[in-house]
Amino acid sequence: MLDVLLRIYRTGRLSEPFPEPAGVRREREDLQAAVRSVLGRALCIRHVDAGSCNGCELEVHALNNPYYNLEGAGIRFVASPRHADLLLVTGPVSANMEEALRRTYQATPEPKLVVAVGDCGACGGVFGESYASRGGVSRVIPVDVTVPGCPPTPVALLQGILAAVSKPPRSGSPG
Amino acid sequence: MSPLPPDSLAGSSAQPLPANVAAGILSVDRKGWLAAAESVREAGATLLALWGSDDRDRDGRFHVLAAYLFPSELLVVEHALAPGETTFPDLAPLFPAAGRLQRALADLLGIRADAGDPRRWLRHGSWPETVFPLRRDVDPARPYPPASDPYPFVSVAGDGVHEIAVGPVHAGIIEPGGFRFSVVGEKVLRLEERLGYTHKGVDRRFESFSQLEGHRLAARVSGDTAVAFSWAYCAALEAMTLRAVPPRACALRALALERERLANHLGDLGALGNDAGFAFGLAQFSRLKEDLLRANDAAFGARYLLDQVVPGGVAEDLAPEVEALLADQHRVLERDLLELRGIYDEHAGLQDRFHDAGRLDPGLARTLGAIGLAGRASGLPRDLRVDQPWPPYDRLAPRLAVRTEGDVAARVQLRFDEAVESLRQCRALLDDLPPGRVRTEVLAAPAGHRGLGVIEGWRGPVMVALEAGPEGSIRRCHAHDPSWQNWPLLEFAILGNIVPDFPLINKSFNLSYSGQDG
Repeated sequence: MLDVLLRIYRTGRLSEPFPEPAGVRREREDLQAAVRSVLGRALCIRHVDAGSCNGCELEVHALNNPYYNLEGAGIRFVASPRHADLLLVTGPVSANMEEALRRTYQATPEPKLVVAVGDCGACGGVFGESYASRGGVSRVIPVDVTVPGCPPTPVALLQGILAAVSKPPRSGSPG
Repeated sequence: MSPLPPDSLAGSSAQPLPANVAAGILSVDRKGWLAAAESVREAGATLLALWGSDDRDRDGRFHVLAAYLFPSELLVVEHALAPGETTFPDLAPLFPAAGRLQRALADLLGIRADAGDPRRWLRHGSWPETVFPLRRDVDPARPYPPASDPYPFVSVAGDGVHEIAVGPVHAGIIEPGGFRFSVVGEKVLRLEERLGYTHKGVDRRFESFSQLEGHRLAARVSGDTAVAFSWAYCAALEAMTLRAVPPRACALRALALERERLANHLGDLGALGNDAGFAFGLAQFSRLKEDLLRANDAAFGARYLLDQVVPGGVAEDLAPEVEALLADQHRVLERDLLELRGIYDEHAGLQDRFHDAGRLDPGLARTLGAIGLAGRASGLPRDLRVDQPWPPYDRLAPRLAVRTEGDVAARVQLRFDEAVESLRQCRALLDDLPPGRVRTEVLAAPAGHRGLGVIEGWRGPVMVALEAGPEGSIRRCHAHDPSWQNWPLLEFAILGNIVPDFPLINKSFNLSYSGQDG
């Protein structure tokens, strides 16, 4: 036990301040305030891999490492779309995942946000559109913010999530 | 091209095949397809890949190909089906891993094994049963309306037996796939996997890339194995065009490959701790992984090296000042890794979860044709870097890491062993980095030329088989991920374990969905 505690002590705090989206200075506290003013509570994210190569997933994982410490800002990943405010969708949407993505979107309560992740999520990327790929996420469900990159960095992902939360609610979304 | 060594049983009439390792190709008839498989199995080789090609425009036939991995060479057996014929002899009784590969071939090319499981595998109802996307007369760009697609899982009957259906959208940040558990109480009686959800039509998609651009798609077959796949692709192309890669580029490719292995092993070691309730492990290892990725960014201009390996060499040279940064990092990483290994080893709660969980004994692993990391954790001593070292591994003297217990603990220990060995290789590469260019010009291969690239990625050997089309185009390219072989292992490793241990056992294999689905 002592070795664990010593290691924790020596590692210290690694969390970094959050990035500045679109030139607006936004420290961790500001982000929390933004999330609270929009949602009135913590932001819950459901990740959906709609056909990704698993590259984007690696960087989504990184958001929870001690440097980016997403949970520390009151943003957490949840196990069900029914618990989620925001869907973080990766991949070109494979034809085999189209129905599952649609149902996941339907299962997410309003108001809901969708962030399409990566070049593939934006437009299909190297996979394009084919018998097996529907292309970008917006071909299947409405998208609020797109984060390009292959894969996008964790900082770009954070900026995308912040941009989605800061956006006025989509027309048609109650509340 | 070195001649085939004498231990090649079926290789007597094999022709050399351009590849980064010793490889041959043997053409056989229908009878020879099975006879070759039998002699290959007797010789102790494993099935590496099975794929097919529509060559009706050329010789009026479909072709089916199998790549077999011997300890010191690779043999491809090719069978041209008779004109009008769409079946070939079933290899699954000899090599169980052939089962799903043959089902995928039936879905994509419309040629099928003459026996075995008749259910579809990659086709889920997204395209009609009568459309075979790998046939040259099918327009790959044409989408089809989705149709309902009930899949006949095998059901288990009995008093108190119930089913748990999981997926395709999973509860964590993970790729999609379906799992059907048949359980009594919390004990698993049967697990059946249903994969193919991320099928993106990669093989056919290759044909819309030029030979000199195809590495970009190869890197994205499975994004966590980008260096291995793009290297395999480039190795095939370079072997076909007889282009030698500068020594410095070989070294930098290996540095990228070992750092890819390290990044994945560090991520998995953290996740395995976390899945056993030890969040400290996740925090520590994900920190080390992030440090590694940031150093990649400083050294190569990208956190993940998806576009580092290019035909003829690498995209980015290493600046002298960055060499020192990487060398420092390798030292710090090894120190931290050994400290954390001590903590994992001494943690009774963690070891209690790891030991005996998800055991795959060596005999079963051999029978099922396990390869790569999962195979080495169950006593199968195969590693391409050791067995058939291609440059620069021929001068690195890679050390084999192998465990025989076959449980989660063995797969954890193997990752520690391999991470330490990767760090040793990274140090050796940096200490003796050859000077010179990092890229040489590669011209496209003439139409009809074929080549093969095999690279030991972090999960196991990945393979790319490439055939050139006219004017620098790709006629056919097949990418194979070792997850094809190792996904079925999980169905056995879980038996008798409890459902709550599934995430831990699954993570200990950490197989690719995208790489399998193609």
